[in-house]
Amino acid sequence: MPAEPPIDTPRHLFEAYGHLAAGPSRPIAGGTDIMVAITGELGAIPERMLDLSRIDELRGISLEAGRLVLGARTTYTEIRRSALCREHLPALVEAAATIGAAQIQNRGTLGGNIANASPAGDTLPILLAADAVILVGGQRGEREISANEFFPEYRKTALAPDELILQVRFPLGGGRELRFRKVGTRRAQSISKVVIALGWRGGASGWSDVRVALGSVAATPVRARATEAVLEGTHPTPEVADRAAETLAGELKPIDDVRSTADYRRMVSARILHRLLRDAGGW
Amino acid sequence: MSAYRFLVNGAPAEVEAPGMRRLLDVLREDLGLTGTKEGCGEGECGACSVLLDGQVVDACLVPVCQVEGRIVRTVEGLSLAARERGSLDSLQEAFLEHGAAQCGICTPGMLMAARAYLDAGGGPDEEPIREAIAGNLCRCTGYTKIVDAIAAVATPLD
Repeated sequence: MPAEPPIDTPRHLFEAYGHLAAGPSRPIAGGTDIMVAITGELGAIPERMLDLSRIDELRGISLEAGRLVLGARTTYTEIRRSALCREHLPALVEAAATIGAAQIQNRGTLGGNIANASPAGDTLPILLAADAVILVGGQRGEREISANEFFPEYRKTALAPDELILQVRFPLGGGRELRFRKVGTRRAQSISKVVIALGWRGGASGWSDVRVALGSVAATPVRARATEAVLEGTHPTPEVADRAAETLAGELKPIDDVRSTADYRRMVSARILHRLLRDAGGW
Repeated sequence: MSAYRFLVNGAPAEVEAPGMRRLLDVLREDLGLTGTKEGCGEGECGACSVLLDGQVVDACLVPVCQVEGRIVRTVEGLSLAARERGSLDSLQEAFLEHGAAQCGICTPGMLMAARAYLDAGGGPDEEPIREAIAGNLCRCTGYTKIVDAIAAVATPLD
């Protein structure tokens, strides 16, 4: 059972910033990770909690200056139902549909998935492959952090203790394409064995800005840079797919754990990439 | 400790509790509504599913401070309207008819997940029904009878 530390429930962002500046306070939005984590069995119980559920400034999905902007409190259900997300970022909609089941999707938030910084966080490879930018803020002001720099080490983020995640901003257009695939024990409720997002820009002279991002294969969500280099400037032919899959299998250094083995993860990651490339190549 | 007010099954409730107390504990311990069950206590099994503003949630993952001013519906509230007619909710009837309950611990949560699905306009096709109850574990029935029961209620009468 979770501990019951005192909790503040601010109505506005500036009040939340004040609480964070006053001392350590653990933010809670949908609670799907936190309520399980603060039982005392998994580390120290927070002294204070900060309830974000009344702060409307953290909500909303919009198009702004060629970017799809999602408030940190956007739930997976809201992502699945959003016409904007379905039109501009269907891979994120797919990812949202694979997270937990209805009970979790109704509560869990995109900002929470980022703050929790699990290497198995299902949306995180998408953020990496989409070149997303995370807007954070606090009393000292707001700043944008690239998703690629947001997860420095196991379950750590680039967020300062007095900052909150405000928005996720996805650049759109320019021929960007994005695909997503998750492998878990079952379709619902499972934590990933492997999750992969593939991004690229199409063009007559071949693919550019290729992104291969994976979850559950390292201590953090990671980009497979050597594999990206193999794909850069090419077209997804069978030969290119073979080479990319082989490179990925050599590049990844996953571990054995309760959910899967290193060998399985390496093999499945390579095979999924191969299939994504086959689908993209239409062969 | 603070006072929190919200609606439970149509009636106003007020509890004095720490804001981080789980809605599950508030329902069972503070309000005596023991129809909602605790299974895993970590959002995996769905036994504690209730409706929060019409959406199905795991009550073990919701701190009561987030329920202030909102509408909660539990299995006890499922048959409120029907009880005045001396009957159960159509879903409860269908679960009985189809043998969709065995040991019973998943049943209240299963009913609430199914109710959310039907209230959102869900139809009788198997695939979406299975997705709607994917967050609710049942170790007895093998799910088939549960899916059949929900489909029966979702099937429009001629």
